Amino acid sequence: MNSLSLQRIRGLLRKEFLQIWRDPSALAIAFVLPAALLLLFGYGVSLDARKVDLALVVQTPSPLASSFTSQFADSPYFISHPYSSIQAAEHDMTARTVKGIVWLPSDFSRRARSRGQAPIAVIVNGVDANNARLIEGYVQQVWGTWLTAQIRHSPPLLSVQTLIRFNPSVNSRNYLVPGLIAVIMTLTGALLTALVIAREWERGTMEALIVTRVYIHEILLAKLVPYFVLGMGGMAASVALAVGLFEVPLRGSFWVLATASALFMLTALGMGLLISSFARNQFVAGQIAIIVTFLPAFILSGFVFDIHSMPDMVQFVTHIVAARYLVAILQSVFLAGDVWSVILPNGAALLVMAVIFLGLARAMARKRLD
Amino acid sequence: MPTPPDLEWALRLEEVSRSFRIGERVVKAVDQVTASATSGAITGLIGPDGAGKTTLMRLIAGLLRPDSGHITLFDIDVGKNPMAAQARLGYMPQRFGLYDELSVQENLDLYADLQGVPIALRAERYAELLHMTGLGPFTARMAGHLSGGMKQKLGLACTLVHPPELLLLDEPTVGVDPVSRRELWHIIEDLTHSTQMTVLFSTSYLDEAERCDSVWLIHEGQLLGSGPPASFTAEMTGRSFLASSALSRRRLQGRLAQTPGMIDALIQGDGVRVTTTVAVPPNASIVAPDIPDLSFLPVPPRFEDSFVARLRTRVSEPQSASPALSPTEKPIPSSKTADIISVEHLTRRFGEFVAVNDVSFRIAKGEIFGLLGANGAGKSTTFRMLCGLLPASSGSLQVAGFDLRTAAAQARERIGYMAQKFSLYGDLSVYQNLRFFSSAYRLSGKTQKTRIDWAVEEFGLASMLKDTARDLPLGYKQRLALACALMHEPDILFLDEPTSGVDPLARRDFWHRINQLAESGVTILVTTHFMEEAEYCDRLIIMAQGNVLSTGEPEAIKAAARTPENPDPRMEDAFISIVEATSTRIPAQ
Repeated sequence: MNSLSLQRIRGLLRKEFLQIWRDPSALAIAFVLPAALLLLFGYGVSLDARKVDLALVVQTPSPLASSFTSQFADSPYFISHPYSSIQAAEHDMTARTVKGIVWLPSDFSRRARSRGQAPIAVIVNGVDANNARLIEGYVQQVWGTWLTAQIRHSPPLLSVQTLIRFNPSVNSRNYLVPGLIAVIMTLTGALLTALVIAREWERGTMEALIVTRVYIHEILLAKLVPYFVLGMGGMAASVALAVGLFEVPLRGSFWVLATASALFMLTALGMGLLISSFARNQFVAGQIAIIVTFLPAFILSGFVFDIHSMPDMVQFVTHIVAARYLVAILQSVFLAGDVWSVILPNGAALLVMAVIFLGLARAMARKRLD
Repeated sequence: MPTPPDLEWALRLEEVSRSFRIGERVVKAVDQVTASATSGAITGLIGPDGAGKTTLMRLIAGLLRPDSGHITLFDIDVGKNPMAAQARLGYMPQRFGLYDELSVQENLDLYADLQGVPIALRAERYAELLHMTGLGPFTARMAGHLSGGMKQKLGLACTLVHPPELLLLDEPTVGVDPVSRRELWHIIEDLTHSTQMTVLFSTSYLDEAERCDSVWLIHEGQLLGSGPPASFTAEMTGRSFLASSALSRRRLQGRLAQTPGMIDALIQGDGVRVTTTVAVPPNASIVAPDIPDLSFLPVPPRFEDSFVARLRTRVSEPQSASPALSPTEKPIPSSKTADIISVEHLTRRFGEFVAVNDVSFRIAKGEIFGLLGANGAGKSTTFRMLCGLLPASSGSLQVAGFDLRTAAAQARERIGYMAQKFSLYGDLSVYQNLRFFSSAYRLSGKTQKTRIDWAVEEFGLASMLKDTARDLPLGYKQRLALACALMHEPDILFLDEPTSGVDPLARRDFWHRINQLAESGVTILVTTHFMEEAEYCDRLIIMAQGNVLSTGEPEAIKAAARTPENPDPRMEDAFISIVEATSTRIPAQ
């Protein structure tokens, strides 16, 4: 930066803050948009199966059969509906009023008593593959517990102890919300700068601005600072919502969270500045910001879809999605604590990203219209 | 303020060219322009919309780089060192570059910071600028809440906060009311006299040329001429006449426009203003022996005459071909026929704001009726109500015998509407636009084909049927828009700002058609902020802030403004005197 005038920077900053204060659209992007998305996703999206409607078909009632089915009645995961015929249950599964069927055929009790193989059929609706797999798992767990209880006089030779670390209640919200914050911040950061500069082009103020003695890096700096403050404010509000409303634990340190978010916010604002160097109206700038920042962050950041289960080619592509580094840091800072083996490499990647995008934005910005 | 170097010229352009790629076409926005602007003088950059004025301004401001050629500002090559040039110039773009959310004072502060005006000098400079622009009482008002004229002055004040050596003003008078326009000219003239500032002022209003010290006339990217405005009018000496006869002025104009030896025929006052190819008074008995009592009175030439003459001599002008319509010999509809539009006590409120206040007028069949007023006067609101697009708050509206409150749809079938900026489908071809609009008016089959053929023939569109509407020259867009509005043979034609910014030939061509339509019995209602255009109307109303200030024939309105100092007022003079007399000017809220 060959020249910086404090007077010019101060003038531009004052203008920017006055505009933010008087025209609430930037405040809406920084605070209302993240809050709305967090509420929507936090309450609406869950990968856990809860209160699943399950049909229990008991063709020949017996004490043994009811001791098995009572296991489902006690479970928080299922709402059990008794059926006496498999046809009626299948009909209701087709109509999607029940999501799965546990079928104890008529010879269940007899075969169990004769120490033969007592068959239990589990039928799940595979249309919703995720739910189907969850039901299958839960039913097996219930069955296992029941079986152990039945043969308690002869203890099993070995037992499996499951220990779930970091998210003991296996609550998917605890894992989704931190990732979601990263995705939302991608969108708001890029939108803030892209829209605000596009608006200056639309209204013709940029044309008047760049003909003055101002340097282009002064204009960029004066855009970066206020929207950084605003974006970090939105970030803080999102973290407060996550911890206060969704009760996501925050086990890592505040400074790691703040530093990683700051690096990421610079990256997102840099993307917005870069977009604004070629999109000169708000509509186009908004579309581009959503398509090139939000969608990749949503799909390729590992926020919902595990990066390691993606094809190699796609995994490779995820390296240019800045949100993936923040998702990794946030998930560990929220749920596990300061895991330096995660934080340091991802933090370094964020730093590189911030330098690249801000550098590109600076290189692409021109004090010209062509 | 730094003293300008000892140079005759402040700005010099040498063979400057700049083209843009629009889709597959390359448009030469500025084509080999060589010109210079005298130091300390006002140079007018004059040309119709699309002539390349803004591109030229941006090239000079260092916002665009020329493809070839050199721009020298004092001793700086603008293309090579735009920052050095920008330190010495002030540029006011078309939309003034103001921040709506900032107050008058905050806008000034911002530009003072950006231009590096020392804090100690500011109070004095602000006082000067606020006094000059009359914005003193409004320093706390948000720029977004200023009227168009006040915005324009604030934009100027921001540009001048650090006095530039070269002031670039890009169409500062577009869309601004005539009173503000006149005030702006006074400010700029004072500036150049008191500070030796060099000013480059672009405009599409040809009448502003005469206020400049020197003029660059550009058309389609090329410089048609440069020099003092007097040098343009000098070559037209003895070639302008006012023709009058017993014939109606519209029919006389139709005849004279097609007479050999005439390059221009324009309705003015009671007669027709003509310009001839040579400086010889036309002989009435040779020119048109059949027209009774035809006489020609010499009148002083105007800048526009020279522009028209220069355009006519350019052979590459297909649109200068005279329209194919021949003057109809049907009897002129008498003004006593029933009123086709009648408006009584029309009022429209938007919340507290009264956009149109108790407006009444009647229009007879075959009349050309004008609504004249600055932006925000209530013209467009009145228009939308007449088209049935907006309900009236109170009052009655009758169009073609239908009450718009109960039968808006029936009334609309009788109306042709040509919107401001020609609402054509830019991505469709000329033919597709014609087809679409005729279908929209429920024409089909043979009738539709006949009407499309008629439009193509009548408006000379045959060679460009496949061109996309967006890429048409402005004059052709206007023709196509008119053709689309006429597809269903309406009885009434509504024209909203039909000719703003089009070149004088296209404007003449357009008005010639409108006159022909009126002669054949179509009623024309036209809104305009373009004072000259009011001359072509049979009757007009002048509107300001929702009120009708004056109604009558153009001649009568002008006559009312006659004073000993100004015995022959122009429509603009009349307009200003009416506005100043009727209302204490209320600044916009």
